[in-house]
Amino acid sequence: MSDLSDYSSTKAGDSELQDFLMVEKQKAQFHAQIHEFNDFCWDKCVDKPGSKLDSRTETCISNCVERFIDVSLLITNRFAQMLEKGGGMH
Amino acid sequence: MDSLSSGSLSGVQKEELMDQVKQQIAIANAQELLTKMSEKCFKKCIGKPGTALDSSEQKCIAMCMDRYMDAWNLVSRTYSTRIQRERNNM
Repeated sequence: MSDLSDYSSTKAGDSELQDFLMVEKQKAQFHAQIHEFNDFCWDKCVDKPGSKLDSRTETCISNCVERFIDVSLLITNRFAQMLEKGGGMH
Repeated sequence: MDSLSSGSLSGVQKEELMDQVKQQIAIANAQELLTKMSEKCFKKCIGKPGTALDSSEQKCIAMCMDRYMDAWNLVSRTYSTRIQRERNNM
């Protein structure tokens, strides 16, 4: 996807097309993220697929998404701190 | 692609290009979903692959597909809500 944005930024002048591509790129990233979460949380939360998602499974899935984001944020922040201290990467 | 490199696009060309991009993204999304569903539901429903899919396996697959879509929509809602919340906190 980075090719797309690189391309559109070198072809300045068509801002409508650039805006369009940026929005579509964001949508695509959002969708890719959902696919990833669903892949992961399905394995964690769904046992045998029944006639509907029961409330326990639903709670598990939304918790799974929320906690996964928490973990990503936590790790990102901590990693930034590590880099600031200049440690950990040598 | 020729018209892209040779300069500006006419309005009609631009619209065509945007439609094409949207269509390609939609196809990619559907393919991703199909691949994931096949993988996940095969794992859940087919214990020991026999000489044909029996009716209980077929029922399981149908149910699994519906639940996978439910889970996908739930993940999408949870993720959107979270993004909204993070934005408000900034």
